[in-house]
Amino acid sequence: MAETVDSTPCGALIIGGSAGSLDVLLEIFPALMNDIGFPIVLVIHRKASNESLLTDLLKSRTTLEVNEAEEKEFLSPGKVFIAPADYHMLIEEDQSISLDYSEKVNYSRPSIDVTFQSAAEVYREKLVCILLSGSNADGVEGLKSVNNFGGKVVIQNPNTAIMPYMPQQAVLNVEPHVILDSHDMADYINKLNN
Amino acid sequence: MISDAIDNEQVEILLNDVLESHGYDFLEYSHASIKRRIIRLYGLDNFVSFAEFRYTVKTDKQYFKRFLEEITVNVTEMFRDPSFYKSLRNDVLPVLGTYPFIRIWVAGCSTGEEAYSLAIVLKELNLLNKSLIYATDINPSVLDKAKKGMFPLNYLKQYSENYLQSGGLKDFSTYYTANYSLAKFDESLNRKMIFSTHNLVSDHSFNEFQLILCRNVLIYFDKDLQHKVFNLFDGSIEKLGYLALGSKESLEFWPKAKEYKRVKMEKIWRKL
Repeated sequence: MAETVDSTPCGALIIGGSAGSLDVLLEIFPALMNDIGFPIVLVIHRKASNESLLTDLLKSRTTLEVNEAEEKEFLSPGKVFIAPADYHMLIEEDQSISLDYSEKVNYSRPSIDVTFQSAAEVYREKLVCILLSGSNADGVEGLKSVNNFGGKVVIQNPNTAIMPYMPQQAVLNVEPHVILDSHDMADYINKLNN
Repeated sequence: MISDAIDNEQVEILLNDVLESHGYDFLEYSHASIKRRIIRLYGLDNFVSFAEFRYTVKTDKQYFKRFLEEITVNVTEMFRDPSFYKSLRNDVLPVLGTYPFIRIWVAGCSTGEEAYSLAIVLKELNLLNKSLIYATDINPSVLDKAKKGMFPLNYLKQYSENYLQSGGLKDFSTYYTANYSLAKFDESLNRKMIFSTHNLVSDHSFNEFQLILCRNVLIYFDKDLQHKVFNLFDGSIEKLGYLALGSKESLEFWPKAKEYKRVKMEKIWRKL
């Protein structure tokens, strides 16, 4: 795939995933540079009861600071924020976090659409959103918003996804900036750091 | 949902209208959440223009009732966060049980699931008879539902699991009777409840309590409003009384937090 020359700095990276996305995250995180110049937000579907499992797993794979997101906290560069299980996570105009316990969206809470949509308007062309493996269509509407506001849409190559449905739906409905194999993701993210 | 159907400026206009015409102040709510609720409602009710939506919200009293119900989040659960209820059962309520009379305020009770959960624990501790639960919400229509004590039957499996995990001792089904698609909870539970509207933004303290439970309400408020509400609670909690919040809420940045001591790892604080 041709490298596009792009001078817009990345303001925030949001990664959304569902079933089958954990393997990809565990591949990405050990390979990330330790001076990432933007916040990384993860919105991953999971059971409400396994609350700290994902945070603990990722902590052990990276030198970046990984925490479950707190409400009103500001997204700051070089840190990883995980949307808490059973809450939607929204980004405010001042780049702080709001949590929301409203109805599930696409049978999911946190919903990837909700976070993508609220961040799309805040970060506009400085937003990069990656959608990973999963077996429902959450994230697709969110990626449309990201496109509308000029952000970058990155989709995992469905052929490399354990559950291809979610990235497939995204590829069918949204014009992606780039489609990446799972083993190219870390390199892509590191390059956003210029 | 079209996420850019209404912009920030229009949200501001609408919320100012709501304050002027109806007296409800949403201006200090977390902006991203309330905006999302507004856009959601706009889409659900098929408005064709912002002007039409604005006019209807401003002038149609009947529609405003719906607006109020839909703009606030009314998702709740019985025995939500079982470990929290376990701590109420083991650490908090037995202490309150030494008082001659227990006054509890469930602020932002929505459709009442938390108030009924609390009543069940009180009953099992033999404290319900000397307790009074004030259950309040900004929204009169959810209080009507709360008074009835009827919850959708399809949630009861989850509630029953939560109840058992929280240390519940009985068969949960002894507390309700199934009536078509609803579970009607025993009237002995709501006999000790008083339901009333109360707006945390604009209304004052109305009593002194030994326990205030306000869960997943403050996450919708901005920081300044959160602090105002903490002050309101502070003025409504007796010395050595308790304040209980939702799993992602905290007293941490409130200036008077030093005067409260956290109970174990739960989101429960005791006033010193």
